[in-house]
Amino acid sequence: MTRDIAVVAFAQTDHRRTSDELSEVEMLMPVLHEVLDRTGLKTADIGFTCSGSSDYLAGRAFSFTLALDGVGAWPPISESHVEMDGAWALYEAWTKLLTGEADTALVYAYGKSSPGSVRDVLTRQLDPYYVAPLWPDSVALAALQAQALIDAGETDEPALAAVAARSRAAAEDNPHAQLRGPVPHGEYVVRPLRTGDCPPIGDGAAAVILAAGERARELCARPAWIRGIDHRIEAHGLGVRDLTDSPSTRLAAERAGAFERPVDTAELHAPFTAQEVVLRKALRFDDTVSVNPSGGALAAHPIMAAGLIRIGEAAARIHRGESDRALAHATSGPCLQQNLVAVLEGDPR
Amino acid sequence: MPEVLKAPLVVEFPFTRSLGPVQSAFLTGLRERVVLGVHTGDGRTLVPPVEYDPVTAEEIRDLVEIAPTGTVTTWAWNHAPRRGQPLDTPFAWALVRLDGADTALLHALDAPGPEAVHTGMRVRVRWAEQRTGAITDIACFEPYDGEDAQPTGHTGEFEDPVTGIVAHARLDYSYSPGRAQSAYIRALSDRRTVGERCPSCRKVYVPPRGACPTCGIATGEQVEVGPRGTVTTFCIVNIKAKNLDIEVPYVYAHIALDGAGLALHGRIGGIPYDQVRMGLRVEPVWTEDSRYPDHYRPTGEPDADYDTYKELL
Ligand SMILES: [Zn+2]
Repeated sequence: MTRDIAVVAFAQTDHRRTSDELSEVEMLMPVLHEVLDRTGLKTADIGFTCSGSSDYLAGRAFSFTLALDGVGAWPPISESHVEMDGAWALYEAWTKLLTGEADTALVYAYGKSSPGSVRDVLTRQLDPYYVAPLWPDSVALAALQAQALIDAGETDEPALAAVAARSRAAAEDNPHAQLRGPVPHGEYVVRPLRTGDCPPIGDGAAAVILAAGERARELCARPAWIRGIDHRIEAHGLGVRDLTDSPSTRLAAERAGAFERPVDTAELHAPFTAQEVVLRKALRFDDTVSVNPSGGALAAHPIMAAGLIRIGEAAARIHRGESDRALAHATSGPCLQQNLVAVLEGDPR
Repeated sequence: MPEVLKAPLVVEFPFTRSLGPVQSAFLTGLRERVVLGVHTGDGRTLVPPVEYDPVTAEEIRDLVEIAPTGTVTTWAWNHAPRRGQPLDTPFAWALVRLDGADTALLHALDAPGPEAVHTGMRVRVRWAEQRTGAITDIACFEPYDGEDAQPTGHTGEFEDPVTGIVAHARLDYSYSPGRAQSAYIRALSDRRTVGERCPSCRKVYVPPRGACPTCGIATGEQVEVGPRGTVTTFCIVNIKAKNLDIEVPYVYAHIALDGAGLALHGRIGGIPYDQVRMGLRVEPVWTEDSRYPDHYRPTGEPDADYDTYKELL
């Protein structure tokens, strides 16, 4: 690596069950302005812009092009979009900065899940030949993974309830969270998962600014340096995989340098309680790691932004001096199919 | 704040997908009540079969018949079936490793309740009565405590193989247009057109989307524009669109309403198509019960001077 690149600012919306009164760009724009204000940058100062979102959530084709109105895309800017979580947009921006073609990047992501039915919408990302025609919804697939873990003796329903309780207790300190404080474990949605094991459905957006080298030090008192990022994918066939493990997360973490030294903080994108169990195992965490101090995806889960928020939350803790070395993880696809790991560090104190 | 506008929005699509040789054999097999797997280079048998080894990415084509009986490797109880799912009574989702396979197939398992399901239980395929060459030719799995079924030694060669599937999908949404577009739609119900002015560059956007794409900031100041406007550019449409009850040829134009900072589009009527021109002054024509102008017609004013609309082209 020839240049050091850091997250220098992070902003997110308050995540809510619905935001009917706002279009996507109306929801997104305050977050874009906030992240620019934090650095003093103007739209015209940004070298590269990259976004993540999905048309399927709102049911509208090319919705990301309308969201571009919020970044001031005229005169033309250098811009790209991924039909994925914004964490992957950040990966693209990071590589762009590594090439030296830009010194700053704006990365944003948003998801308005409220217009549709997320459980049905997410079936459309499945294998279209053998799986999607059966309409197995996102909770059902996560429930298969949870049962596999229970059968393997790696967790049980009370332990899953404890994951949910810890996450939502942590979210008490997160003013942006959608679910916080004591939340009933609830009825089964798809057994063995109960409402409390599932993420809230909601709308939200997030944005970060990346900067390279000295530019990062100018823009942020304590930049969150990205020491490594990697993302890996597993076979799409659920029956091919060992659902109790996440070898792709482990490999991504290894390639991102996560195992070179211990991390003090981890923001894991585990929308379902059982997935945190899988990720902790894959990442070989012990009790010294503070996992999801933000409350994680169980407290707020704007789809397509929730992974980017993990990187943003980890970076923000470094900015505030609450962490020196943090791991951020994002996932996409059913049962943790695709996984991205970033390792962030603050300057030594 | 006025009540938020909302309307149902249905997205439906029949994806037509072609099949590769292994998928074709597998789905044709289901039509004929035969389950096929595929051998990998390292001696595993994948069911459902794929065309490339998920570990090595090696091309695999070596089909083998598998028994329609198997073992549940994990499951989840679905007490409230959703539209499109295999059964409309409560059922278990299950990953089933069929006898002779090394991987598991996802499908529904018909059982009386969660107490009747456990990992490791024996199940067999229940075939659909009508089979077309699709994964739904397996109606579901059902509990089975008989002898292991034996494959018949099928080669995987079929007459009249299935070469494609049509995957129907329907998603239902409730669309709400947001603050700026709601105000625009409300004004239209009074047969007025409102835009929003950018506080920075002063341009008036119509229809407004809530942001100025040049400045990247929110627009908020509402400005009534029109009703008259100027044709800035146009084209002549010669092909009739499906479900559109307009005689061709007709003119489709960009129209800069008076006071607007950019043109919107609409159809021009009330004038022969070959007499429409840049600079033509037009006004909206509303039909009874219409929610937006049906078309625009000439006002009879002299044409606008090019300099008055050249920035809006
Ligand atoms: Zn402007």
